[in-house]
Amino acid sequence: MNTLFRPALTLVLLLTLLLGVAAPLAMTGVAQVVFPSQAGGSLIERNGQVIGSALIGQNFAEPRYFHPRPSATTEPDPENEGSTRAAPYNAASSAASQQGPTSAALLEAIRTRVAEAGLTPVPADAVTASGSGLDPHISPENAARQIPRVATARGIPEERVRALLAQYIEGRELGLLGEPHVNVLRLNLALDDLR
Amino acid sequence: MTLIGWAQIALVLGLAIAIAIPLGHYMAAVAGGRVTFLRPVERLLYAAGGIDPARGMSWKGYALAMLATNAAGFVLLYLLLRLQGMLPLNPQGFDGMSPWLAFNTAVSFVTNTNWQAYNGEAAASYLSQMAGLAVQNFLSAATGIALALAVTRAFVAGGVKELGNFWADLVRMTLYVLLPLAIVLGLAFVALGMPQTLASYVQATTLEGVTQTIPLGPAAFQIAIKHLGTNGGGFFGVNSLHPFEGPDAIATSLQIIAQAIIPFGLALTFGRMVGDVRQGRALLAVMLIFVVAATAIIYSAEAGGNPLHIAAGVDALQGNMEGKDIRFGQALVALFTATTTGASCGAVNAMFDSFMPLGGVVPMFLIHLGEVLPGGVGSGLYGMLVFALLSVFVAGLMVGRTPEYLGKKIQAREMKLAMLAVLVLPAVILGFASLSMVLPFAVSSLANAGPHGLSEMLYAYTSAAGNNGSAFGGLTADTPWLNTTLGISMLLGRFAYVVPVLAIAGSLALKPRAPESAGTFPTHGPLFVGLMAGVILILGGLQYMPSIALSPLAEHFSMLAGKTF
Repeated sequence: MNTLFRPALTLVLLLTLLLGVAAPLAMTGVAQVVFPSQAGGSLIERNGQVIGSALIGQNFAEPRYFHPRPSATTEPDPENEGSTRAAPYNAASSAASQQGPTSAALLEAIRTRVAEAGLTPVPADAVTASGSGLDPHISPENAARQIPRVATARGIPEERVRALLAQYIEGRELGLLGEPHVNVLRLNLALDDLR
Repeated sequence: MTLIGWAQIALVLGLAIAIAIPLGHYMAAVAGGRVTFLRPVERLLYAAGGIDPARGMSWKGYALAMLATNAAGFVLLYLLLRLQGMLPLNPQGFDGMSPWLAFNTAVSFVTNTNWQAYNGEAAASYLSQMAGLAVQNFLSAATGIALALAVTRAFVAGGVKELGNFWADLVRMTLYVLLPLAIVLGLAFVALGMPQTLASYVQATTLEGVTQTIPLGPAAFQIAIKHLGTNGGGFFGVNSLHPFEGPDAIATSLQIIAQAIIPFGLALTFGRMVGDVRQGRALLAVMLIFVVAATAIIYSAEAGGNPLHIAAGVDALQGNMEGKDIRFGQALVALFTATTTGASCGAVNAMFDSFMPLGGVVPMFLIHLGEVLPGGVGSGLYGMLVFALLSVFVAGLMVGRTPEYLGKKIQAREMKLAMLAVLVLPAVILGFASLSMVLPFAVSSLANAGPHGLSEMLYAYTSAAGNNGSAFGGLTADTPWLNTTLGISMLLGRFAYVVPVLAIAGSLALKPRAPESAGTFPTHGPLFVGLMAGVILILGGLQYMPSIALSPLAEHFSMLAGKTF
């Protein structure tokens, strides 16, 4: 037994020290020096206060802001122990709707969202919940549809909002990978800076 | 589907193959003990453990060493998860996991499954992630590669009893292959936006004045090995969909490449070790046929969109976007899904539960086929070799000759053991899934009704027994019944499979390697590739057809008929 369990235990313990303590701590040290912002979560600060992460979507409901995609994240329901309630963009617990293609509840939710969105067809990302529940982006088409509402709420010409949006459309990575998208938080921050 | 989408797929898959070729040759050198740049560390580990790396092991000795190491890893991880509440590096003050959940999670990471019944950012301390889960990501991957090397050595020569030294294989693959790749990839991931910090979660105040808790952690390094080792267990709950775990399309592409290069490369390592690179290329060709076909089906199903939603006024242009984030696009989601389930990784960059029925059936079927296309690191290669033996056996039956693979006669003993291994998966998957569908307390875990509910349950046991780890995530898996039976499925899928395979290797190693003759059936040409693909489809897949017809296929036709549940 000694020839079996001594090597097994020793290897597991020593490799835990190497792979589970030394290597990640060294990586953390290097990352903090070389890429401090990314390693720390790509946080955005305003006046010394953290207002979010460039990578994590946040909820916007006011008409003067561009709105993100529907989010299916939840939080514990304080009034009903053991159950949860809707809490869009709760970054403490990422989650998707997990509703299947023949889900009646999903179809109902989509019908409601389409009705609220107005003119059909509506871009899919505007009426479907993202997979992370924290999608920081919307599609350029979805953003373009929101220009009149944002401009009216802010009392500025649509052209100014359109010009700003154009600056914030990010193309495919390396010109090839992924899909064009708009970071909602960055765009809304730029909107607030317009005046 | 778009041309630019196909260009993305071609580029990423092409890069993965381009990297796998030199990597496969390098791994053959490591396996032969010819790579030595970390010799002092290696020596220290051997000395501490009282290991003689030059001492060969019989198949039984190799199996016992593997089981002992995995048992030690399981105990350590179980204790870490149970006791994390009292241990350091727990800035969020998470409690220890329940016994059921800790059992399931420890089994899950030791068997390279990485099924997740917990939500990383809401239940696992930094110490548990770093020193527990991430370490098993390395060790279970190195274990898989070691097993594949042992099986490969059975074909190298004739009349040998020994398959190599398990501990030396484990240490060398960890130090010379997995660790260097994980360091390079981890740094690239940080640059792309993945956190790597020990700081506690940040409280942000959003523009609309709401408080948002932003989770952080030493994520990038763990995510790197999670893909390289085809483990798949995410640092965060929604895995590579989380903006911190899949920040952009470049990161998701690198993850696809990372989870494919070692399984692809090992096919070539095999060819090099047995002294005939064409044999490795033939195995790789079979793998690629399935990866490309699976990608095409998923891409077409998902990019087409949901007809029920399109009829309700949704623009068809983006395809089915429920459960997907914008930044990756349908093409990279399809390729990621095909490689993660073909390769036994189990990471996800889109939610399978919300896939179209024909998009969701592909990942499930790829696991049903035995996790060999290209399969997990190591497990893919030894699974492929089992199918290669079955293929030459079928071919032998057709022409009335004793089947041979690489000059080794395949006889009754090997075929019996191969069938034993191949039958583990369907017995576990179909057995547990059907049992659960008649148990009310198991059915109550389902999130969706109708045929889709059956898909959720079937997928769970498929993923566990196939050591994949992905999920139809609506299923509430953190219950005593599911934690326990899924844990057992993972153990059987890993160990009840590999022990017979090692026995085959032990038996084949003893046999002489006959020289090629005019009567030898070549196992490197297109004929063999086609035959083997057929054997995998028929022997691997046919037994699941009835259950697939009742779940995703039934759902597909219900959907076309306009029915919802």
